[in-house]
Amino acid sequence: MTNATEKLREIAGVIASTQGADVVTADVVRGELIVNARAAAIVKVLTFLRDDPRMNFDQLVDICGADYPERAERLEVIYHLISMKQNLRVRIKVQTGEEGVVPTACGVWPSANWLEREVWDMYGVFFSDHPDLRRILTDYGFEGFPLRKDFPLTGYVEVRYDEDQKRVIYEPVKLAQDFRSFDFLSPWEGIQKILPGDEKAPPAPAKQGGA
Amino acid sequence: MPDTAHMDDNVGREIENYTLNFGPQHPAAHGVLRLVLEMDGEVIDRCDPHIGLLHRGTEKLIEYKTYLQAIPYFDRLDYVSPMNQEQTFAIAIERLLGITPPKRAQYIRVMFGELTRILNHIMNIASYAMDVGAMTPFLWTFEEREKLMGFYDEVCGARLHANYIRPGGVSMDLPPGLMDRIKLWADNYPKMIDDLEGLLTENRIFKQRTVDIGVVSAEQAIAWSFSGPNLRASGLAWDLRKSQPYDSYEDFDFDIPITKHGDCYDRYLVRVEEMRQSVKIIQQCLEKMPGGPVRVNDRKVMSPPRGEMKTSMEALIHHFKLYTEGFKVPAGEIYACTEAPKGEFGVYLVADGTNKPYRCRIRAPGFVHLEAMDAMLRGHMLADVPAVLGSIDIVFGEVDR
Repeated sequence: MTNATEKLREIAGVIASTQGADVVTADVVRGELIVNARAAAIVKVLTFLRDDPRMNFDQLVDICGADYPERAERLEVIYHLISMKQNLRVRIKVQTGEEGVVPTACGVWPSANWLEREVWDMYGVFFSDHPDLRRILTDYGFEGFPLRKDFPLTGYVEVRYDEDQKRVIYEPVKLAQDFRSFDFLSPWEGIQKILPGDEKAPPAPAKQGGA
Repeated sequence: MPDTAHMDDNVGREIENYTLNFGPQHPAAHGVLRLVLEMDGEVIDRCDPHIGLLHRGTEKLIEYKTYLQAIPYFDRLDYVSPMNQEQTFAIAIERLLGITPPKRAQYIRVMFGELTRILNHIMNIASYAMDVGAMTPFLWTFEEREKLMGFYDEVCGARLHANYIRPGGVSMDLPPGLMDRIKLWADNYPKMIDDLEGLLTENRIFKQRTVDIGVVSAEQAIAWSFSGPNLRASGLAWDLRKSQPYDSYEDFDFDIPITKHGDCYDRYLVRVEEMRQSVKIIQQCLEKMPGGPVRVNDRKVMSPPRGEMKTSMEALIHHFKLYTEGFKVPAGEIYACTEAPKGEFGVYLVADGTNKPYRCRIRAPGFVHLEAMDAMLRGHMLADVPAVLGSIDIVFGEVDR
């Protein structure tokens, strides 16, 4: 494993030195090579990773999205590549906003087609020059991007068969009981909030080294 | 253009392409798949699979569940190979938590992983053979599946949706006598593979339906993100159990079967040989099975044994906290993957330090395999659709998620 980490560090160095401003960071974390790239240059970076003999990441494993609403550019597209010759993996991440555009990787790998369609379907990331950017997993005529954090788990519409109209109809979701979401974030560590009048003296400044 | 109005209706008339709907309810579609086929006579010009009819939003649901509550969703992805997927998720969590399950737990995982591989492959071969016209294998292999699901039942109480492999080990130890029963089964199973091969491998009809159909070259297989048996049928000896071993696979001696042509017939051959290798691994597991615990001794991740809970207050609290609040996974991200029966099954897990995953991306091998259907089917006849579909081993639980 350490040997692989060593090789990944080396590769991270090559990527950082050759790609210039197209790559923001290239680090090895937990034995995985993570490259943060600029969205506009993603095709160039992917082509480099595929074709350069020092890289040889010849197969696309996966493309997926992620949503971080607190960021300025909230959406993230994540590419996983594998090099069968070197037995190594790499993860490339690009960030984009809600209205942002990411160039398609369909020209680099044909299998990117459906994977990007899924990211579009689930997160609403628009891929420019994509040959066939339709929704893929959701219903025909579906609206919204379900995997975004602000999309409710229950969705907005539900379907049922209507006996009068003799067809399946769409209606707004009606919940028989409220959706239960528990706050699990406090109890194990004890109460963090300090009651008024219960304050303790401020901790003494750390002494040498502050172990 | 000469005036043909006075001639016989069919002479000189251009026949336009037409569109054919295959599914969503079709016995050979292996679930709910709608293929929109653009046909030139009986030849396929273009194939547009419409998927998502079984979409349940698994990735979204997992974000709202604790890590332990998310495991059963993995059984329901590829519902013919449940345990391999649980294993992938468990490995992802373990790597983030920095724990390693005990050796015995790893061996049990490997053994059940291989039993599941056989479970998956006989299901695929049988239904694939039935799609191209052979009924008997389906009846024979379902008897074997019944036995294998019996082992599932003994070890976790469920025949299909196991929820057996947990982060930090497995939920319980093997019941007494189960290893003997598995051994008895494993000794007899190769005979069953021989019988199955006797029906199919040199069968003239089967070969006519599958040889040189849906050929995928090695370059295409890489470009189309193939993995698993479909990749190996195209001549690439790539198996994550060998190249990136997980859960002690490096302790076992087995071969990676490959074939050269990458057609439907070769994909069948690879699966048959993989079953023989799986039997080999199972037998080694049974021989070398170490003793000791099957759960990691960390009360913040795995609950204490029942007996201890009757006497220890602390154990009771740990149990209660684990099954209500769950455990917290330190912030970070990981991509864990295993060699599932259908190919590389991956989980990209982003943890934010709470008791629920922030993002859990499921990389299903079937999704990209189905994507290549269009490239594989162009220029083939309509009757080749079930053959190609059967040979790439599609299950919609994982394609649609």
